[in-house]
Amino acid sequence: MEHVLAAAIGVLVASGVWLVLRPRTFQVIIGLCLLSYGVNLFIFAMGRLWVDKAPIMEKNGVIDPSQFADPVPQALVLTAIVISFATTALFLVVMMVSRGLTGTDHVDGKESN
Amino acid sequence: MAGASPEHLMIAPIVIPMVVGALMLLYDDRQRRAKMIMSLGSAVAMLIVAIELLSRAKGSELTGGNSIGFYLLGDWASPFGIVLVVDRLSAMMLLLTSIVAIPALIYASAGWQGQGQHFHSIFQFMIMGVNGAFLTGDLFNLFVFFEILLAASYGLMLHGSGQLRVRAGLHYIAINLIGALLFLIGVSLIYGVTGTLNMADLATRIVNISEADRPMLHAAAGVLGIAFLIKAGAWPLAFWLPPTYQAAPAPVGAMFAILTKVGIYVILRMTMLLFGESGGLSAGFGSEVLIAVGLLSLIYATAGVMTSQSLGRMAGYSVQVTSATLIAVIGFAIGGGGMAMLGGAMYYMIASTLATAALFLLDEVLQRRQGGIAAILALTADAYGVETPEDDTEAGEVGITIPGVLTVLAISFFAVAIVLSGMPPLPGFIGKFAMLSSGLNPSGLGRGEPAPIMWLFVFLVVLSGFATMIALVRIGMQTFWGDDEPMAKVRLQEVIPIVGLVVLLVLMAVRAHPLMRYTEITARALARPTIYIDGVITAPRVEDKQVPAAAAPMPEGENGA
Repeated sequence: MEHVLAAAIGVLVASGVWLVLRPRTFQVIIGLCLLSYGVNLFIFAMGRLWVDKAPIMEKNGVIDPSQFADPVPQALVLTAIVISFATTALFLVVMMVSRGLTGTDHVDGKESN
Repeated sequence: MAGASPEHLMIAPIVIPMVVGALMLLYDDRQRRAKMIMSLGSAVAMLIVAIELLSRAKGSELTGGNSIGFYLLGDWASPFGIVLVVDRLSAMMLLLTSIVAIPALIYASAGWQGQGQHFHSIFQFMIMGVNGAFLTGDLFNLFVFFEILLAASYGLMLHGSGQLRVRAGLHYIAINLIGALLFLIGVSLIYGVTGTLNMADLATRIVNISEADRPMLHAAAGVLGIAFLIKAGAWPLAFWLPPTYQAAPAPVGAMFAILTKVGIYVILRMTMLLFGESGGLSAGFGSEVLIAVGLLSLIYATAGVMTSQSLGRMAGYSVQVTSATLIAVIGFAIGGGGMAMLGGAMYYMIASTLATAALFLLDEVLQRRQGGIAAILALTADAYGVETPEDDTEAGEVGITIPGVLTVLAISFFAVAIVLSGMPPLPGFIGKFAMLSSGLNPSGLGRGEPAPIMWLFVFLVVLSGFATMIALVRIGMQTFWGDDEPMAKVRLQEVIPIVGLVVLLVLMAVRAHPLMRYTEITARALARPTIYIDGVITAPRVEDKQVPAAAAPMPEGENGA
């Protein structure tokens, strides 16, 4: 499981970095999305990988921490997803405004050639 | 609700702008005067709160002039919940924020607020994010507040639209999104290694981290550091800064002078807590990097100041000069020895923040003479469908031309130039002098002779001062002497904030002694983070303090997550 997850994060981040360095705004935004997926998986992995363990403890009953997954990274990842979703949406709007104002989707607002 | 005990004042700098900003969304955008009054009222309220918090953080003679306030959100026991911490440093930063916000708002009332929608709401949300970042004692909560202030700053940066601004904004947003991702990687790595996100808890655990995990922690701190250095505007991570700040509307540019200080503040706070003398094996981590980055950015920013052709760009580079100086000083401080420089550096930071804010405001007023900004304004107003700039609420205040306004502006410009270049008698000189003299002091770096790197620092600081002087005088001559065009109309609301900031700078010089004492004690408190750490760990819950049923949990509003 660790290898699959590590490979997934690696592929996502590598593709993201490559796309962010491209000259078109669409590629940049897709790259940012991939990067944030990679980072979200990374945060998740930082709580260690568990199988069949819930992050929420039952109210009454056994309180045995070894039976439960770490809830904090899950809360963090939730917040991070919401925030990166919002900022990506904002970026998309700015991107479209830029396209409308300059007539090109180059990140610098003008064609390079 | 356990009654309005005075402790709740600590959360006021976050709640006030949030509530006011949200309330203003309910108003139609044409009611600009009402929004303006609310916005200004909120800024004044924050100023009062900040002054009160500052006088509390100062403490009494009994506490050795250092008393730290803690506020447990949702009344969770300390390392598990989010805690707000007010100490001398954060109180000072809160005060600085509200002091810059008021002139920026007054300036915006002269026209910028009408260039797009919801200027005041976004402005308040940005202040909320800034204040929250200064107050929080939790790493992930810091990330949340960072995103709030960044999201609001995107809105403000693009306020008024226009091609130039959108292009710079696009780059600004892209850079900051990547910075935010780095921040997340750093935070989660730290959590993975230590199992905590509370900064004070982190500082206690850093001593006991196993040898195998320590490189991981250092890597995490390094990644976090990159995220903050991007925000602080350090070379080579800050090529976005001058074009962005130049393109931003003037009052927003003035406020942005604070945003880089948030990066600086976090670097200062984190390094002092984690890598100070109490850091065990990690003590002094990153010191060489911070010094190197600081000195290199100083060279870069000095070159930038010298080569910029316009005042706005120069103001952007001046912001970077301040950041670079402070980063180098923080590097010296955690490297051991240079701790005495911190007091002077903080005083210098306040002075140069006020001066760069004034410079951003001056830039637009002076540019208007050459017709540049006025043309852009007319164009964007047209594109945005704002009916006319002179709609009903503003009809009464159009075009008060003040005789001799150019003289007032010239004097302000001159004063700002003196502060930024560090000439006596204004506070730029006092701050730089305090910093350099304690750096060269035998008890400073290196015990005995100052280290060679310190001489390099002194040389670069003085050189950047000279460069700033030359560049500003050059622009001043072009603007005030070289132009025959008649002075464009300047409104009273645009002159008052500039003059106000200059008056504050003069006051800073007059009251230099108590101010410097404050920053020096702050530096000393930072050098001994145990008080902060123990305070956070042992911060009592309300339930523990008040026994009976009155201690119902407080409604948790700003929980972040």
